[in-house]
Amino acid sequence: MSILVKIQGVLTAAAEIAGGDRAADRVVPPTGFTATLTTFTAGAMAFLAVFALALSLATGRLAERWASELAQTSTVRISAPLEEIEAQTLAAQEVLRTTPGVLRSRIMSEEEQMLLLEPWFGPDLPLEDLPIPRLIEVVEDENGYDAAGLRLRLAGEAPGAFLDDHTRWRRPLVSAANRLRSLGWVAIALIALSTGAMITLAARAALAANAQVIRVTRLVGARDVYIARAFVRRFTIRALLGAFVGTVAGCLAIVLLPSAADEGAFLTGLGFQGWHWLWPLTIPLLAALVAFWATRSAALRTLNEVT
Amino acid sequence: MIELENVAYSYGGGDLLTDISLRLQSGSFHFLTGPSGAGKSTFLKLCYMELAASKGLVQVFGQDVAALGRDQIALARRRIGVVHQECQFLDHLSVAENIALPLTVSGRDVAAESQNLSDLISWVGLTKQQNQLPPELSGGERQRAALARAVIMGPDVILADEPTGNVDWEMSQRLMSLLIELNKMGKSVLVATHDLNLIRTTKAQVSARVLRIKDKRLQLAGADL
Repeated sequence: MSILVKIQGVLTAAAEIAGGDRAADRVVPPTGFTATLTTFTAGAMAFLAVFALALSLATGRLAERWASELAQTSTVRISAPLEEIEAQTLAAQEVLRTTPGVLRSRIMSEEEQMLLLEPWFGPDLPLEDLPIPRLIEVVEDENGYDAAGLRLRLAGEAPGAFLDDHTRWRRPLVSAANRLRSLGWVAIALIALSTGAMITLAARAALAANAQVIRVTRLVGARDVYIARAFVRRFTIRALLGAFVGTVAGCLAIVLLPSAADEGAFLTGLGFQGWHWLWPLTIPLLAALVAFWATRSAALRTLNEVT
Repeated sequence: MIELENVAYSYGGGDLLTDISLRLQSGSFHFLTGPSGAGKSTFLKLCYMELAASKGLVQVFGQDVAALGRDQIALARRRIGVVHQECQFLDHLSVAENIALPLTVSGRDVAAESQNLSDLISWVGLTKQQNQLPPELSGGERQRAALARAVIMGPDVILADEPTGNVDWEMSQRLMSLLIELNKMGKSVLVATHDLNLIRTTKAQVSARVLRIKDKRLQLAGADL
């Protein structure tokens, strides 16, 4: 019940802020540098928040892609003397074919292996002259296979076969991407807290500068919420406008980042995709909400000290 | 209206007022006198709830002030008009806006009450100055503007703290005649002043009780007044 009352109170306050009261606004004189400071702070913080958000979403996508793409595939590498390699490859293929959880397996062609090695050795690699192991790509079904059991069977049927399920290097990468995503959200939280702190300071400065206004209005019968509302409205609107400009600037900067090539590095993939472009719209609203609470609590605390 | 019973007020470890009892009834006119620093302003602040009594009971419009919340105090103040010696205005608002301030902060439609506002401004003789800013007014004009602001809500009680302190004799008389007029309209008036001549002159025009703060206590003044 009390939560409903609180929500109703917040909605009423929001409606009053949106609707405005010209006469009430006139009671508090223009707040000068504090208003400018609030607008600038909100703008700068929103600009940074756009990048933190983009970082968080990009790393989130990366983690999901690595997790889903790599979790479904693995590789069997066959390193054996040249005269045995063909037999062991066939034996390994047979083992894979009869392993529950393996959807399909495929021997990679020489061209595909060339492509894999090209970044290190360059093009025109004489693959036939090198002792390159044979690779089998394994795709598992949704249930997956028993890696330990498969290794044992491969050891028995094809001693040169080694199963690499990518776990060794996939886990730290996914973990790092998830950590980066969390750091992005932590950065957004810190930005919101910093914005709140700056706006609280600005609001307290404005309240201190208007001590006479507060005293006189209290004297003639103004309720605390009336006085607070005049300050809250001013700072909330300033924060909303500043954050909107900062968000637009941040989004433009993201758009103007170099485009991501398929094989591009991680940083060139920083940005928003699809409906994720709607996420930045929440930043001005969040800034306004932070400004609302920061100013309201600062105002009510200050007013409580005035008789 | 306002009732104080065995009230004391202490500040910095010492009593400023002690054992104060008074009942301000509807339509009454009181003077409060005493030397500077006797506690007249403190007494008025207790009446309009700017200060809280250290001891005793203060009741405003039948409510124990100690039990009132901040919002309830604000609402009660709308029924009390206060005129200070050092009139406090919002310097960025015009005289008319300052006079209408109690209407504004109580959420009333000032435009709908513009006729009443004009009449009141005319009554205190500030029609020409209504669009000026407060710093442009003389001492007497500021006092009249403060009086107009004090009565615009149609309060039941008017408390005036040295309302004639910064004005000449002629303006003092004019301000007192306005207060007498309000009293005749049924308002309770309490004027704190150390100007005994003003009290004598006013008493010739209205039935007023004169109280004196002496030795931190409230007394009924003697026949010398």
